[in-house]
Amino acid sequence: MARPAQPWLVRITHWVNLFAFTIMAASGLRILVAYPHLGPRGDLYAWYPLQGVAPPEALTLGGWLAGARHWHFAFAWLFVANALVYVVYLFASGEWRRRLFSPRRDARNAWGTLLHDLRLRKEAPAAVGLYNGMQRLTYTGVLATAPLLVLSGLAMYKPVQLPRLAALLGGYDAARAIHLLVLAALALFTVVHVVQVLLHPRTLADLTVGRDERPEEAA
Amino acid sequence: MSVLTRRRFLAGGLRSAGLVALGGLACDGARPREGFLGLMERVNERFERATFDPDRLAPELPEGTETDLADFPAYKISKQFPLAPAGWALSVGGLVARPLTLSLADLQRLPRTRTRVRHHCVEGWTAVAAWDGVRLAEIARLAGADPRARYVEFRSFDSGYWSSWDLESALHPQTILAYGMNGEPLGPEHGAPLRLYAAVKLGYKMVKYLTEVSFLPVRSGGYWEDQGYEWYAGV
Repeated sequence: MARPAQPWLVRITHWVNLFAFTIMAASGLRILVAYPHLGPRGDLYAWYPLQGVAPPEALTLGGWLAGARHWHFAFAWLFVANALVYVVYLFASGEWRRRLFSPRRDARNAWGTLLHDLRLRKEAPAAVGLYNGMQRLTYTGVLATAPLLVLSGLAMYKPVQLPRLAALLGGYDAARAIHLLVLAALALFTVVHVVQVLLHPRTLADLTVGRDERPEEAA
Repeated sequence: MSVLTRRRFLAGGLRSAGLVALGGLACDGARPREGFLGLMERVNERFERATFDPDRLAPELPEGTETDLADFPAYKISKQFPLAPAGWALSVGGLVARPLTLSLADLQRLPRTRTRVRHHCVEGWTAVAAWDGVRLAEIARLAGADPRARYVEFRSFDSGYWSSWDLESALHPQTILAYGMNGEPLGPEHGAPLRLYAAVKLGYKMVKYLTEVSFLPVRSGGYWEDQGYEWYAGV
């Protein structure tokens, strides 16, 4: 029996995530404007190249610090709840088998796709089921990294009341740096992701109106 | 799941979805205490109160970890750093058995506490200083604060800067009325002669240039809180 390439729960949580993540990123950048440095006062991190550089206003939401904080802490719940729905579904439905990276199935394929995308190899390896190996590696990487965003955010929100979490991440200032670095990594992913979608518009139809899986995708 | 519970579940879900949709229209960063953002501030305050443990102490940092005084920001509302009026004394009042008027010398005779913890500013920076003073819990005991007073209000002579707190945070052992910083008498940049200092709140809750502490049965606002910053602001 045909099943959808992207089940409805995946489609919904994907777009809710885009909505919530955009709000979180933009309000977070407005919060950063208030102190566009990393590291404690008098001991800024030497490795951070953008000390004192505030994010451009066009990328921010909230208008001022208090407004941005309210946006951020209001929509954090939606962001987390939506992610939890997705993760529970991913494992309960068995979808993880065709979505998450498995070295045996995907490693060689991911390497071949990378070489092809870098123009080092002519032919691209065929997708194995729903995705090719590089897609699985990237999406799994995003899923593995995103919890760090939430945990570092919590550590900054409650550095005194959640002392073990804050200590695990190296304290408030380290958590703040992690929070921004993970955002940068996910923003980079999003750029590549959008370019790939533009190159393969069929995937956009899969993720909006939905479409049954083609026979060759049944992994 | 029975038909009835399913129906109730669906109705509840629809009602919540409707509220979220309506609230979503009412997200205005310029008026963050209203609409959905205001509603979520109240939800978040519950979360903050639930994570607050009155017995949990912020780590006391070792000597030598203090931020250089030049790097420790000093904020004020007045144009110049305000200076204490002649004959300054702290009033302690509200729902108390014994209203008090305490001079700096009176305060310095009370049990002295030093706390050296990380300071968290709402802007995102942190810094460290060692603060000397007397626990607010000690003041509450001396004044005989009524258990019905669930809030504490702090007033200052810095152009009317003020704030108000929940009682639990005010009575935390690392919440003090400080008259010393890094082993020196408190300077006018940091709130001389007396300021509130705490490990469990963001910096804007720690009123400098104190004049008055009132134990109140109802909560009030504050200088930044009335403009839209979170009222609870725990860390």
